[in-house]
Amino acid sequence: MSRPAAGGGNARIIPCLDVDAGRVVKGVNFVDLADAGDPVELASRYDQQGADEVVFLDITASSDRRETTLDLVYRTAEEVFIPFTIGGGIRTVDDARRLLRAGADKVAVNTAAVNRPELVAEIADEFGSQCAVASVDVRRAGGPLSAATPPIGTHPTAGGDVRFEIFTHGGRTPTGIDAVEYAIRITELGAGEILLTSMDRDGTRDGFDLELTRTVVEAVRVPVIASGGVGTLDHLVEGVLEGGADAVLAASIFHFGEHTVAEAKARMAAAGIPIRPADA
Amino acid sequence: MTRRIVGAQGDTSAQSRPLIAVLDYGIGNLRSAQKSLERMGADARLTADAGLIAEAAGVVLPGVGAFGPCMAALCRTGLDEQARAAAADGRPFLGICIGLQLLYEESEEAPGVAGLGILPGVVRLLPGNVKRPQMQWNRLGVRVSSPLLEGLGDAWVYFVHSFAAPMADNVAAVCEYGGPVAAAIADNNVWATQFHPEKSARPGLRLLENFVNHAQAAAAVA
Repeated sequence: MSRPAAGGGNARIIPCLDVDAGRVVKGVNFVDLADAGDPVELASRYDQQGADEVVFLDITASSDRRETTLDLVYRTAEEVFIPFTIGGGIRTVDDARRLLRAGADKVAVNTAAVNRPELVAEIADEFGSQCAVASVDVRRAGGPLSAATPPIGTHPTAGGDVRFEIFTHGGRTPTGIDAVEYAIRITELGAGEILLTSMDRDGTRDGFDLELTRTVVEAVRVPVIASGGVGTLDHLVEGVLEGGADAVLAASIFHFGEHTVAEAKARMAAAGIPIRPADA
Repeated sequence: MTRRIVGAQGDTSAQSRPLIAVLDYGIGNLRSAQKSLERMGADARLTADAGLIAEAAGVVLPGVGAFGPCMAALCRTGLDEQARAAAADGRPFLGICIGLQLLYEESEEAPGVAGLGILPGVVRLLPGNVKRPQMQWNRLGVRVSSPLLEGLGDAWVYFVHSFAAPMADNVAAVCEYGGPVAAAIADNNVWATQFHPEKSARPGLRLLENFVNHAQAAAAVA
């Protein structure tokens, strides 16, 4: 399949805020969570810094999740004037409707869409593909997953063939589903964008899994957001230039003040990547 | 006309805050448009109430989603007639994203579905070998100066769309996406943006401020 040339092809930088019970956290491989503040304040700060979008991933497990999440979306819509996506725990079209009506621009569906991919079609049919993001968590795994997708290499420890496999529940639960086949299927069903997270890299600061990114980018025709593993500004550049990602997502390098979004954009621009300047 | 500082809350006296009716046809995220207009000094109401719409200094048709379902929702709520009436009586009118496309006679996205027909022509699929949707920030190229675009120059704004309005004399600004694409329309009192001003940070808020100020000035004259 020939890959369409991106018209403007302007890259996006997307700070990601992991939210638990209304507060921002960032886990290292989703363990050892550390509080880093109010999500709405942080998102507004990223808006002012020149971020192109913001993603909230709600990892709240408690039963009052629905209310705290809606409250977060309500407040964000009043303070943040760039697009924002909310993900986490969206299981039905009604869940999506509530969040979009409250002011979210996109909803990211993960586990529920892996269990029942038609959910993405239902959301896209009612609200449009542009707001239906498929959040895909992937690990390199051994063993034959699919006859259709060739192995990508040899597993470093277990030996044998390696493929990209979908994991759910924050990267804990293997599904046996081939990530590339899933990405193709879910976009055919109407997902307008793929948020692609390498769970092997998430929290490591070793950089994106560029091979994973490139493989999915080449397989689908919708924008792909690379996620998982950013530790330096050069990792963001690699995600676009080597991974081919349309957008790059990062959390801790921004949250703890190591780098500003403006610095990230300057580095991208210096590398020749077309991107909206931070002060535009 | 009152000059407001971008980002300022505006003053709180209801008299000086023009009523802007944001048409609520129940689809997707319409609240962001309302909240950003509020931020720029409007008394913005998300509403389907005919009386309130008739009273408004300006009318906004926001929206995300597909042409067919959105048009069906407009008709179901009677807002198709409200929108046509507001545009016809000369009040400042602003369509946003799918709200721009709905102004036309029809769209390739939903063959056979009649649009509002406020503007002539057919909305067509973005041409060429480009990714669809265009989902990105892109730079405006202003072709015709308009109060709507005052202060925007070659601003970067946020687009999410797969279809686009026909290129005509009323196209006030374009963006480049495999060729020039209609980004903003200025046709007498009917204005529209293919991009989302409510999601375009400072330049977007400036455009909404221009609209609010224009509606306020027009209401003062009327």
